[in-house]
Amino acid sequence: MTSLAESRGVGENPRRRGVRVGTLRASGAARGAGPGVAVGWIGLVPFGVYALLFLAIPAVLAIASGFFTVDGAFTLANFDTFADPTTQKDIIGSVGLSAVTAVVGAIAGAIICYALLSMRPDGWIRTIVDSASSVFAQFGGVMLAFAFIATMGNTGLIGVILNGLFGDNTYTSPLYTVPGLVPVYLFFQIPLMVLTFMPAMEALKPAWGEAVATLGGTRRTYWWRVGIPVLAPAFLGCTILLFANSFSSFATAAALISQGGLISLDIFRASTSETVIGHANEAGSLALAMVVVMVVLMSAYGALQRRAAKWGNR
Amino acid sequence: MTAHDGHPARFGAPPSKATARVILVITAILFLLPIVAMAIFTFRANGGGYTVGHYLDLFNPALEFNYDVLFQGIQNSLVLCLITAAIILVLMVPTMVLIEMRYPRLRRIMEFICLVPVTIPTIVLVVGLVPTYSVVSQLLGSDAWTLAFAIGVIALPYAYRPVAVNIAGVDVRTLTEAARSLGAGYLSIMWRIILPNLRRGIIAAAFITITVVLGEYTIATFLGRTTFQTGLVQVEHGDPYVAIIFALLALLFGFVILLIIGRVGSIRPNNKD
Repeated sequence: MTSLAESRGVGENPRRRGVRVGTLRASGAARGAGPGVAVGWIGLVPFGVYALLFLAIPAVLAIASGFFTVDGAFTLANFDTFADPTTQKDIIGSVGLSAVTAVVGAIAGAIICYALLSMRPDGWIRTIVDSASSVFAQFGGVMLAFAFIATMGNTGLIGVILNGLFGDNTYTSPLYTVPGLVPVYLFFQIPLMVLTFMPAMEALKPAWGEAVATLGGTRRTYWWRVGIPVLAPAFLGCTILLFANSFSSFATAAALISQGGLISLDIFRASTSETVIGHANEAGSLALAMVVVMVVLMSAYGALQRRAAKWGNR
Repeated sequence: MTAHDGHPARFGAPPSKATARVILVITAILFLLPIVAMAIFTFRANGGGYTVGHYLDLFNPALEFNYDVLFQGIQNSLVLCLITAAIILVLMVPTMVLIEMRYPRLRRIMEFICLVPVTIPTIVLVVGLVPTYSVVSQLLGSDAWTLAFAIGVIALPYAYRPVAVNIAGVDVRTLTEAARSLGAGYLSIMWRIILPNLRRGIIAAAFITITVVLGEYTIATFLGRTTFQTGLVQVEHGDPYVAIIFALLALLFGFVILLIIGRVGSIRPNNKD
């Protein structure tokens, strides 16, 4: 081992001789000493450059472009889009869709987490639920939209059944409108709630239940006095995360709706319609608005998670 | 958690087995409904009735050019999987290890960078990626593989977590010092000590990156490149049956990958230190 390291000439360190003399001293002297200085900070450069080029620069460009015309002159004109009734309607659409799916998703997801509490944490039911939740919450996107075309589309399963029962053309699919997105969005919101709320649920200590029982409390007492107060910050935080998730999602809606109706769809339309003079950088001002909303939401989520973690670390 | 089973009076949070089963069965039925609907849809004949024709269409040379964009997209996405996973494994993982070994104070910064794409969602990032990629295209061409750089960024939050959890469970500094005191050099420590200990986190990160790449739609559509998802959407307009066959297969494939991650992750890292 020693000869290997020496022959490669890596990890050159004047203290190494000392390291071999006495282990006790070495553990003190070598603290903070990993590889040699040369492979040290230089090793951080590739990732740093990557994050700069493909994360920092695009993020700044996205936000800053809202303040410039296509020719590069400073302007606030791009923000006129917020006075446009269509944009206002679409912001309300995004907020409404996100609020409804966040609240319904959070409640339904919490009920599923509650049921999972009586399943073995390392059992196959939990593994399947976790994997399926990840598929729906993170992988789905376009494919989830297709699943609903097959279910609720004009020629989907529900339509075929209803038309069969009540005659042709009974069913008109609600799928291609913003309210029609609610059930589709719930299919990634509920699984996201399961993934993010389950740790808080699992952190409920059995000892608390025993304590309530010892003091003569019922399960109702337990939930009312212990369970709900302890879980409230995590529940609220996860609801906010769900709101943010829906607010910023694009793929599912884009696969179903070709016109606008949501702010994320407006960003796409503005960004790709560079032929419409003066509108290209409206995508930037819409993106800025979205970032502001996301920063507020994610800060609130972070604060509530820290509040919730108070109980987990005991 | 199930320690109270069989007790006549239950206390604490877990519901009774019966309640739990009812909730989970209803959930399973609801979530299987669209999947079953997809499966049924793929057998539906155009005029009514049922057929296996849509599956045969896939192998019909006369219709091949209808699906060209999808096959091209799948091919591009597979290449993207390889390159994006490589970006995560070659850029992110070693940087996290190095920070753990030598610059623990940078840990918070690394975490911040990797989690930024949660707060700055893809739909915002793409607005800035459009001008960025007009430069990238001049330098590297406009082939689909160049998307790997952008997709790697949105994969960071997902890939970061399993590796970070694994690193937190392994005392990298003590292992490093032990190896150094035995005379091991940097490459030797990295290759023979650190990577084997982080195997689980790294495998999970690689698999989750693959699911991010295969599910990615937003970046590809903004930048006008053909990937699996944009191919699906294009084919859906003309032939929804074939699009839904592939979407169903992809969902099942994603489920299997995430099942593997789940199993890899749930085996507790009981490695003796």
